[in-house]
Amino acid sequence: MPLSLWEFIATYWPDFLKGTGVTAAQFILATMLAIGIALVAGLMKLSRNAVIRGVSVTYIEIFRGTSLLVQLYWIFFVLPLFGVTLDKFTAGFVAVGMNLGAYGAELVRGGIQSVPKGQWEAAYALSMSPAKRMWRIILPQALVNMLPPWGNLLIELLKNTALVSLISVTDLMFVAKQINGSTFLSAQAFGLALIVYYVFARFIVTPAMRWLEGFMRRKLGRA
Amino acid sequence: MGFHWKWDFTWEILPRLLEATLNTLIAAGAGYAIAIVLGLVLALAQRTPYRALTFVVREFVEFIRSTPLILQIFFVFYVGPQFGVRMSPWTSGMIAIGLHYSAYLSEVYRGGLNSVGKGQWEACTALNMSTRQAYTRIIIPQAVPPALAGMGNYLVGIFKDTPMLSVIGVAELMHTANAIGSESYRFLEPYTLVGVIFLAISLPAAGFIRVFETYVRRKLGLK
Repeated sequence: MPLSLWEFIATYWPDFLKGTGVTAAQFILATMLAIGIALVAGLMKLSRNAVIRGVSVTYIEIFRGTSLLVQLYWIFFVLPLFGVTLDKFTAGFVAVGMNLGAYGAELVRGGIQSVPKGQWEAAYALSMSPAKRMWRIILPQALVNMLPPWGNLLIELLKNTALVSLISVTDLMFVAKQINGSTFLSAQAFGLALIVYYVFARFIVTPAMRWLEGFMRRKLGRA
Repeated sequence: MGFHWKWDFTWEILPRLLEATLNTLIAAGAGYAIAIVLGLVLALAQRTPYRALTFVVREFVEFIRSTPLILQIFFVFYVGPQFGVRMSPWTSGMIAIGLHYSAYLSEVYRGGLNSVGKGQWEACTALNMSTRQAYTRIIIPQAVPPALAGMGNYLVGIFKDTPMLSVIGVAELMHTANAIGSESYRFLEPYTLVGVIFLAISLPAAGFIRVFETYVRRKLGLK
Protein backbone atom coordinates (compact mmCIF):
# COMPACT_ATOMS: atom_id res chain seq x y z
CA MET A 1 0.00 0.00 0.00
CA PRO A 2 1.39 3.39 -0.95
CA LEU A 3 -0.36 5.32 1.80
CA SER A 4 -0.75 4.42 5.44
CA LEU A 5 -3.99 5.35 7.20
CA TRP A 6 -2.35 8.37 8.89
CA GLU A 7 -0.96 9.70 5.64
CA PHE A 8 -4.35 9.08 4.08
CA ILE A 9 -6.07 11.09 6.79
CA ALA A 10 -3.47 13.86 6.52
CA THR A 11 -4.18 14.17 2.80
CA TYR A 12 -7.94 13.83 2.68
CA TRP A 13 -9.25 15.13 6.00
CA PRO A 14 -10.66 18.36 4.50
CA ASP A 15 -12.88 16.33 2.13
CA PHE A 16 -14.02 14.05 4.91
CA LEU A 17 -14.76 17.02 7.14
CA LYS A 18 -16.91 18.62 4.44
CA GLY A 19 -18.74 15.35 3.87
CA THR A 20 -19.31 14.94 7.59
CA GLY A 21 -20.77 18.45 7.68
CA VAL A 22 -23.26 17.56 4.94
CA THR A 23 -24.15 14.32 6.74
CA ALA A 24 -24.70 16.28 9.97
CA ALA A 25 -26.94 18.77 8.15
CA GLN A 26 -28.94 15.93 6.56
CA PHE A 27 -29.22 14.27 9.95
CA ILE A 28 -30.51 17.38 11.73
CA LEU A 29 -33.00 18.38 9.03
CA ALA A 30 -34.29 14.81 8.61
CA THR A 31 -34.62 14.45 12.39
CA MET A 32 -36.70 17.61 12.64
CA LEU A 33 -38.94 16.48 9.79
CA ALA A 34 -39.25 12.97 11.25
CA ILE A 35 -40.26 14.32 14.68
CA GLY A 36 -42.88 16.61 13.13
CA ILE A 37 -44.34 13.85 10.95
CA ALA A 38 -44.24 11.30 13.77
CA LEU A 39 -46.15 13.63 16.06
CA VAL A 40 -48.84 14.46 13.49
CA ALA A 41 -49.23 10.91 12.12
CA GLY A 42 -49.09 9.38 15.61
CA LEU A 43 -51.83 11.69 16.93
CA MET A 44 -53.89 11.15 13.77
CA LYS A 45 -53.73 7.41 14.27
CA LEU A 46 -55.35 7.88 17.69
CA SER A 47 -58.14 10.02 16.28
CA ARG A 48 -61.77 8.97 16.69
CA ASN A 49 -62.46 9.99 13.09
CA ALA A 50 -62.04 6.98 10.78
CA VAL A 51 -60.96 9.08 7.80
CA ILE A 52 -58.18 10.81 9.74
CA ARG A 53 -57.08 7.46 11.15
CA GLY A 54 -57.16 5.95 7.65
CA VAL A 55 -54.92 8.66 6.21
CA SER A 56 -52.37 8.10 8.95
CA VAL A 57 -52.45 4.29 8.67
CA THR A 58 -52.02 4.49 4.88
CA TYR A 59 -49.06 6.81 5.24
CA ILE A 60 -47.39 4.65 7.89
CA GLU A 61 -47.92 1.38 6.03
CA ILE A 62 -46.66 2.73 2.71
CA PHE A 63 -43.51 4.18 4.19
CA ARG A 64 -42.81 1.21 6.44
CA GLY A 65 -43.74 -1.36 3.83
CA THR A 66 -41.33 -0.22 1.11
CA SER A 67 -37.62 0.50 1.06
CA LEU A 68 -36.19 3.90 1.80
CA LEU A 69 -34.13 3.64 -1.38
CA VAL A 70 -37.31 3.15 -3.43
CA GLN A 71 -38.88 6.16 -1.70
CA LEU A 72 -35.79 8.25 -2.27
CA TYR A 73 -35.65 7.47 -6.00
CA TRP A 74 -39.38 8.00 -6.29
CA ILE A 75 -39.20 11.42 -4.65
CA PHE A 76 -36.17 12.44 -6.69
CA PHE A 77 -36.99 10.99 -10.11
CA VAL A 78 -40.78 10.60 -10.24
CA LEU A 79 -42.11 13.52 -8.23
CA PRO A 80 -40.79 16.08 -10.78
CA LEU A 81 -43.19 14.52 -13.31
CA PHE A 82 -46.02 15.73 -11.10
CA GLY A 83 -44.55 19.21 -11.04
CA VAL A 84 -42.80 18.93 -7.66
CA THR A 85 -39.08 19.33 -8.28
CA LEU A 86 -36.85 19.12 -5.23
CA ASP A 87 -33.12 19.66 -5.46
CA LYS A 88 -31.05 16.66 -4.42
CA PHE A 89 -30.18 17.98 -0.95
CA THR A 90 -33.84 18.64 -0.10
CA ALA A 91 -35.05 15.39 -1.70
CA GLY A 92 -32.48 13.55 0.45
CA PHE A 93 -33.53 14.72 3.88
CA VAL A 94 -37.23 14.78 2.93
CA ALA A 95 -37.11 11.08 1.95
CA VAL A 96 -35.18 10.08 5.07
CA GLY A 97 -37.38 12.22 7.33
CA MET A 98 -40.65 10.92 5.85
CA ASN A 99 -39.48 7.31 6.14
CA LEU A 100 -38.31 7.54 9.74
CA GLY A 101 -41.32 9.70 10.59
CA ALA A 102 -43.55 6.71 9.77
CA TYR A 103 -41.59 4.54 12.23
CA GLY A 104 -41.64 7.36 14.78
CA ALA A 105 -45.43 7.67 14.48
CA GLU A 106 -45.81 4.20 15.97
CA LEU A 107 -43.56 5.23 18.87
CA VAL A 108 -45.65 8.36 19.47
CA ARG A 109 -48.85 6.32 19.41
CA GLY A 110 -47.39 3.75 21.81
CA GLY A 111 -46.01 6.46 24.08
CA ILE A 112 -49.36 8.25 24.33
CA GLN A 113 -51.22 5.01 24.97
CA SER A 114 -48.80 4.15 27.76
CA VAL A 115 -49.87 7.21 29.79
CA PRO A 116 -52.17 5.95 32.57
CA LYS A 117 -55.88 6.59 32.13
CA GLY A 118 -56.03 8.43 35.44
CA GLN A 119 -53.96 11.24 33.92
CA TRP A 120 -56.55 11.75 31.18
CA GLU A 121 -59.35 11.71 33.72
CA ALA A 122 -57.56 14.13 36.05
CA ALA A 123 -56.99 16.58 33.18
CA TYR A 124 -60.66 16.23 32.27
CA ALA A 125 -61.69 16.83 35.87
CA LEU A 126 -59.67 20.05 35.84
CA SER A 127 -61.71 21.00 32.76
CA MET A 128 -58.71 21.40 30.51
CA SER A 129 -59.40 21.71 26.80
CA PRO A 130 -58.41 18.63 24.76
CA ALA A 131 -55.49 20.53 23.18
CA LYS A 132 -54.21 21.75 26.54
CA ARG A 133 -54.64 18.30 28.06
CA MET A 134 -52.59 16.74 25.27
CA TRP A 135 -49.89 19.38 25.29
CA ARG A 136 -49.42 19.90 29.03
CA ILE A 137 -50.33 16.57 30.59
CA ILE A 138 -50.19 13.68 28.15
CA LEU A 139 -47.37 14.48 25.71
CA PRO A 140 -44.66 15.27 28.31
CA GLN A 141 -45.29 11.92 30.02
CA ALA A 142 -45.49 10.12 26.69
CA LEU A 143 -42.19 11.71 25.72
CA VAL A 144 -40.38 10.24 28.72
CA ASN A 145 -41.76 6.79 27.88
CA MET A 146 -40.77 6.87 24.24
CA LEU A 147 -37.35 8.52 24.45
CA PRO A 148 -35.31 5.27 24.68
CA PRO A 149 -36.72 3.81 21.43
CA TRP A 150 -36.29 7.22 19.81
CA GLY A 151 -32.58 6.91 20.54
CA ASN A 152 -32.45 3.75 18.45
CA LEU A 153 -34.55 5.37 15.75
CA LEU A 154 -32.15 8.32 15.46
CA ILE A 155 -29.22 5.93 14.99
CA GLU A 156 -31.22 4.29 12.18
CA LEU A 157 -31.89 7.73 10.75
CA LEU A 158 -28.22 8.66 10.83
CA LYS A 159 -27.28 5.44 9.01
CA ASN A 160 -30.04 5.95 6.47
CA THR A 161 -28.74 9.40 5.54
CA ALA A 162 -25.89 7.53 3.81
CA LEU A 163 -28.36 6.59 1.07
CA VAL A 164 -28.66 10.19 -0.09
CA SER A 165 -25.20 9.80 -1.62
CA LEU A 166 -26.93 7.72 -4.31
CA ILE A 167 -28.69 10.82 -5.61
CA SER A 168 -25.31 12.63 -5.50
CA VAL A 169 -25.70 14.59 -2.27
CA THR A 170 -22.06 15.15 -1.30
CA ASP A 171 -22.27 13.60 2.16
CA LEU A 172 -19.68 11.49 3.96
CA MET A 173 -20.60 8.37 2.01
CA PHE A 174 -20.33 10.24 -1.28
CA VAL A 175 -16.90 11.60 -0.37
CA ALA A 176 -15.68 8.11 0.56
CA LYS A 177 -16.93 6.76 -2.77
CA GLN A 178 -15.34 9.59 -4.70
CA ILE A 179 -11.94 9.19 -3.03
CA ASN A 180 -12.18 5.43 -3.54
CA GLY A 181 -12.84 6.06 -7.23
CA SER A 182 -9.84 8.32 -7.72
CA THR A 183 -7.28 6.59 -5.47
CA PHE A 184 -8.46 2.94 -5.28
CA LEU A 185 -7.58 3.05 -1.57
CA SER A 186 -10.82 1.33 -0.63
CA ALA A 187 -9.86 0.12 2.83
CA GLN A 188 -8.73 3.59 3.89
CA ALA A 189 -11.58 5.53 2.26
CA PHE A 190 -14.46 3.32 3.34
CA GLY A 191 -12.77 2.38 6.61
CA LEU A 192 -12.38 6.00 7.67
CA ALA A 193 -16.02 6.73 6.74
CA LEU A 194 -17.13 3.73 8.82
CA ILE A 195 -15.19 5.08 11.80
CA VAL A 196 -16.67 8.57 11.43
CA TYR A 197 -20.23 7.15 11.32
CA TYR A 198 -19.45 5.00 14.34
CA VAL A 199 -18.09 7.91 16.37
CA PHE A 200 -21.06 10.05 15.35
CA ALA A 201 -23.56 7.40 16.46
CA ARG A 202 -21.84 6.10 19.56
CA PHE A 203 -20.24 9.20 21.01
CA ILE A 204 -22.56 11.99 19.91
CA VAL A 205 -26.11 10.77 19.23
CA THR A 206 -26.32 8.11 21.95
CA PRO A 207 -24.90 10.25 24.80
CA ALA A 208 -27.09 13.18 23.73
CA MET A 209 -30.19 10.98 23.92
CA ARG A 210 -29.11 9.60 27.33
CA TRP A 211 -28.71 13.14 28.60
CA LEU A 212 -32.14 14.08 27.26
CA GLU A 213 -33.71 11.05 28.95
CA GLY A 214 -32.20 12.03 32.30
CA PHE A 215 -33.15 15.65 31.83
CA MET A 216 -36.80 14.83 31.03
CA ARG A 217 -37.07 12.42 33.92
CA ARG A 218 -35.74 15.03 36.35
CA LYS A 219 -38.06 17.62 34.87
CA LEU A 220 -41.05 15.38 35.55
CA GLY A 221 -39.74 14.59 39.03
CA ARG A 222 -39.11 10.93 38.29
CA ALA A 223 -35.37 10.84 38.80
CA MET B 1 -41.34 12.08 -20.49
CA GLY B 2 -44.77 12.76 -19.15
CA PHE B 3 -46.67 12.22 -15.98
CA HIS B 4 -49.28 9.98 -17.29
CA TRP B 5 -49.25 6.37 -16.61
CA LYS B 6 -48.78 4.12 -19.67
CA TRP B 7 -50.46 0.79 -19.17
CA ASP B 8 -48.95 -0.91 -22.24
CA PHE B 9 -45.47 0.03 -20.98
CA THR B 10 -46.43 -1.30 -17.56
CA TRP B 11 -47.38 -4.71 -18.99
CA GLU B 12 -44.20 -4.71 -21.04
CA ILE B 13 -41.88 -4.24 -18.07
CA LEU B 14 -43.83 -6.19 -15.46
CA PRO B 15 -42.43 -9.64 -16.39
CA ARG B 16 -38.88 -8.30 -16.12
CA LEU B 17 -39.59 -6.80 -12.73
CA LEU B 18 -41.24 -9.98 -11.47
CA GLU B 19 -38.22 -11.98 -12.57
CA ALA B 20 -36.01 -9.58 -10.63
CA THR B 21 -38.35 -9.95 -7.64
CA LEU B 22 -37.32 -13.57 -7.52
CA ASN B 23 -33.67 -12.48 -7.24
CA THR B 24 -34.63 -10.06 -4.48
CA LEU B 25 -36.31 -12.87 -2.58
CA ILE B 26 -33.30 -15.15 -3.08
CA ALA B 27 -30.96 -12.41 -1.85
CA ALA B 28 -33.13 -11.78 1.21
CA GLY B 29 -33.39 -15.52 1.93
CA ALA B 30 -29.69 -16.21 1.54
CA GLY B 31 -28.71 -13.15 3.57
CA TYR B 32 -31.14 -14.14 6.29
CA ALA B 33 -29.84 -17.70 6.40
CA ILE B 34 -26.31 -16.39 6.98
CA ALA B 35 -27.55 -13.92 9.59
CA ILE B 36 -29.51 -16.56 11.54
CA VAL B 37 -26.47 -18.80 11.98
CA LEU B 38 -23.85 -16.09 12.43
CA GLY B 39 -26.14 -14.19 14.79
CA LEU B 40 -26.34 -17.21 17.07
CA VAL B 41 -22.56 -17.51 17.06
CA LEU B 42 -22.22 -13.83 17.99
CA ALA B 43 -24.81 -14.18 20.75
CA LEU B 44 -23.25 -17.30 22.26
CA ALA B 45 -19.75 -15.81 22.04
CA GLN B 46 -20.92 -13.10 24.43
CA ARG B 47 -21.94 -15.68 27.01
CA THR B 48 -18.59 -17.45 27.37
CA PRO B 49 -16.50 -16.96 30.53
CA TYR B 50 -13.75 -15.28 28.49
CA ARG B 51 -14.05 -11.56 29.22
CA ALA B 52 -11.82 -10.48 26.34
CA LEU B 53 -13.85 -12.44 23.80
CA THR B 54 -17.10 -11.02 25.13
CA PHE B 55 -15.70 -7.51 24.94
CA VAL B 56 -14.41 -7.87 21.38
CA VAL B 57 -17.64 -9.44 20.10
CA ARG B 58 -19.74 -6.83 21.94
CA GLU B 59 -17.81 -3.95 20.34
CA PHE B 60 -17.95 -5.63 16.94
CA VAL B 61 -21.74 -5.94 17.16
CA GLU B 62 -22.04 -2.30 18.26
CA PHE B 63 -19.83 -1.20 15.39
CA ILE B 64 -21.84 -3.09 12.78
CA ARG B 65 -25.10 -1.78 14.21
CA SER B 66 -24.04 1.84 14.25
CA THR B 67 -22.67 2.13 10.73
CA PRO B 68 -24.66 2.26 7.47
CA LEU B 69 -25.31 -0.99 5.60
CA ILE B 70 -24.67 0.72 2.28
CA LEU B 71 -21.17 1.65 3.41
CA GLN B 72 -20.53 -1.90 4.61
CA ILE B 73 -21.64 -3.23 1.21
CA PHE B 74 -19.16 -0.94 -0.54
CA PHE B 75 -16.46 -1.84 1.97
CA VAL B 76 -16.80 -5.60 1.44
CA PHE B 77 -17.06 -5.24 -2.33
CA TYR B 78 -14.07 -2.94 -2.85
CA VAL B 79 -11.67 -3.86 -0.09
CA GLY B 80 -11.32 -7.49 -1.18
CA PRO B 81 -9.83 -6.67 -4.62
CA GLN B 82 -7.41 -4.17 -3.00
CA PHE B 83 -5.79 -7.15 -1.30
CA GLY B 84 -6.18 -9.50 -4.23
CA VAL B 85 -9.41 -11.21 -3.20
CA ARG B 86 -11.99 -10.98 -5.98
CA MET B 87 -15.60 -11.60 -5.14
CA SER B 88 -18.72 -11.45 -7.28
CA PRO B 89 -21.33 -8.80 -6.42
CA TRP B 90 -23.57 -11.58 -5.16
CA THR B 91 -20.96 -13.02 -2.82
CA SER B 92 -19.90 -9.70 -1.34
CA GLY B 93 -23.51 -8.55 -1.14
CA MET B 94 -24.54 -11.65 0.79
CA ILE B 95 -21.55 -11.33 3.13
CA ALA B 96 -22.29 -7.66 3.85
CA ILE B 97 -26.03 -8.01 4.37
CA GLY B 98 -25.68 -11.31 6.24
CA LEU B 99 -23.07 -9.82 8.58
CA HIS B 100 -25.12 -6.68 9.15
CA TYR B 101 -28.24 -8.57 10.11
CA SER B 102 -26.33 -11.14 12.16
CA ALA B 103 -25.40 -8.27 14.49
CA TYR B 104 -29.08 -7.35 14.84
CA LEU B 105 -30.19 -10.95 15.26
CA SER B 106 -27.51 -11.58 17.89
CA GLU B 107 -29.20 -8.88 20.00
CA VAL B 108 -32.56 -10.59 19.52
CA TYR B 109 -31.06 -13.93 20.57
CA ARG B 110 -29.31 -12.32 23.51
CA GLY B 111 -32.64 -10.99 24.75
CA GLY B 112 -34.21 -14.42 24.27
CA LEU B 113 -31.39 -16.26 26.05
CA ASN B 114 -31.43 -13.80 28.94
CA SER B 115 -35.16 -14.30 29.35
CA VAL B 116 -34.67 -17.98 30.26
CA GLY B 117 -34.89 -18.23 34.05
CA LYS B 118 -31.86 -18.99 36.17
CA GLY B 119 -33.66 -21.99 37.66
CA GLN B 120 -33.49 -23.70 34.28
CA TRP B 121 -29.70 -23.55 34.37
CA GLU B 122 -29.61 -24.83 37.91
CA ALA B 123 -31.91 -27.68 36.95
CA CYS B 124 -29.53 -28.58 34.09
CA THR B 125 -26.61 -28.62 36.52
CA ALA B 126 -28.60 -30.73 38.95
CA LEU B 127 -29.32 -33.23 36.17
CA ASN B 128 -25.63 -33.34 35.36
CA MET B 129 -26.06 -32.06 31.81
CA SER B 130 -23.10 -30.74 29.84
CA THR B 131 -23.19 -27.08 28.76
CA ARG B 132 -23.83 -28.22 25.22
CA GLN B 133 -26.75 -30.39 26.25
CA ALA B 134 -28.14 -27.62 28.42
CA TYR B 135 -28.11 -25.19 25.49
CA THR B 136 -29.48 -27.48 22.80
CA ARG B 137 -32.12 -29.26 24.87
CA ILE B 138 -33.22 -26.79 27.51
CA ILE B 139 -32.10 -23.21 26.98
CA ILE B 140 -32.30 -22.54 23.23
CA PRO B 141 -35.77 -24.10 22.75
CA GLN B 142 -37.09 -21.77 25.46
CA ALA B 143 -35.21 -18.77 24.09
CA VAL B 144 -36.79 -19.10 20.64
CA PRO B 145 -40.41 -18.06 21.32
CA PRO B 146 -39.58 -14.66 22.89
CA ALA B 147 -37.12 -14.04 20.05
CA LEU B 148 -39.58 -14.87 17.26
CA ALA B 149 -41.16 -11.43 16.94
CA GLY B 150 -37.78 -9.75 16.57
CA MET B 151 -36.58 -12.39 14.13
CA GLY B 152 -39.67 -11.87 11.98
CA ASN B 153 -39.23 -8.12 11.94
CA TYR B 154 -35.66 -8.48 10.73
CA LEU B 155 -36.73 -10.91 7.99
CA VAL B 156 -38.97 -8.16 6.60
CA GLY B 157 -36.16 -5.67 7.31
CA ILE B 158 -33.59 -7.60 5.29
CA PHE B 159 -36.06 -7.87 2.43
CA LYS B 160 -36.53 -4.11 2.40
CA ASP B 161 -32.77 -3.51 2.52
CA THR B 162 -31.94 -5.67 -0.52
CA PRO B 163 -32.36 -2.70 -2.93
CA MET B 164 -29.05 -1.42 -1.54
CA LEU B 165 -27.37 -4.36 -3.25
CA SER B 166 -28.17 -2.71 -6.59
CA VAL B 167 -25.26 -0.30 -6.01
CA ILE B 168 -22.69 -3.03 -6.52
CA GLY B 169 -24.58 -4.55 -9.44
CA VAL B 170 -26.66 -7.35 -7.95
CA ALA B 171 -29.49 -7.77 -10.45
CA GLU B 172 -32.35 -7.43 -8.00
CA LEU B 173 -35.54 -5.40 -8.26
CA MET B 174 -34.08 -1.91 -7.86
CA HIS B 175 -31.23 -2.65 -10.24
CA THR B 176 -33.69 -3.79 -12.90
CA ALA B 177 -35.89 -0.71 -12.36
CA ASN B 178 -32.83 1.53 -12.77
CA ALA B 179 -31.91 -0.31 -15.98
CA ILE B 180 -35.44 0.09 -17.38
CA GLY B 181 -35.40 3.76 -16.40
CA SER B 182 -32.16 4.48 -18.20
CA GLU B 183 -33.18 2.51 -21.31
CA SER B 184 -36.59 4.09 -21.75
CA TYR B 185 -36.23 7.39 -19.89
CA ARG B 186 -39.43 6.52 -18.07
CA PHE B 187 -39.12 6.40 -14.31
CA LEU B 188 -42.73 6.70 -13.21
CA GLU B 189 -43.80 3.14 -13.99
CA PRO B 190 -40.70 1.15 -12.96
CA TYR B 191 -40.14 2.95 -9.64
CA THR B 192 -43.83 2.94 -8.77
CA LEU B 193 -44.11 -0.77 -9.61
CA VAL B 194 -41.11 -1.53 -7.42
CA GLY B 195 -42.85 0.25 -4.55
CA VAL B 196 -46.08 -1.68 -5.18
CA ILE B 197 -44.24 -5.02 -5.37
CA PHE B 198 -42.49 -4.29 -2.07
CA LEU B 199 -45.79 -3.42 -0.40
CA ALA B 200 -47.46 -6.50 -1.88
CA ILE B 201 -44.83 -8.72 -0.29
CA SER B 202 -43.91 -7.01 2.97
CA LEU B 203 -47.43 -6.29 4.24
CA PRO B 204 -48.71 -9.89 3.95
CA ALA B 205 -45.35 -11.15 5.23
CA ALA B 206 -45.65 -9.03 8.37
CA GLY B 207 -49.16 -10.38 8.92
CA PHE B 208 -48.06 -13.95 8.33
CA ILE B 209 -45.19 -13.60 10.81
CA ARG B 210 -47.61 -12.44 13.50
CA VAL B 211 -49.85 -15.47 12.88
CA PHE B 212 -46.85 -17.81 12.88
CA GLU B 213 -45.60 -16.36 16.16
CA THR B 214 -48.90 -16.96 17.97
CA TYR B 215 -49.01 -20.47 16.47
CA VAL B 216 -45.56 -21.34 17.84
CA ARG B 217 -46.38 -19.88 21.23
CA ARG B 218 -49.55 -21.95 21.46
CA LYS B 219 -47.76 -25.03 20.21
CA LEU B 220 -45.16 -24.72 22.98
CA GLY B 221 -47.90 -24.16 25.55
CA LEU B 222 -46.90 -20.56 26.27
CA LYS B 223 -50.00 -18.40 26.68
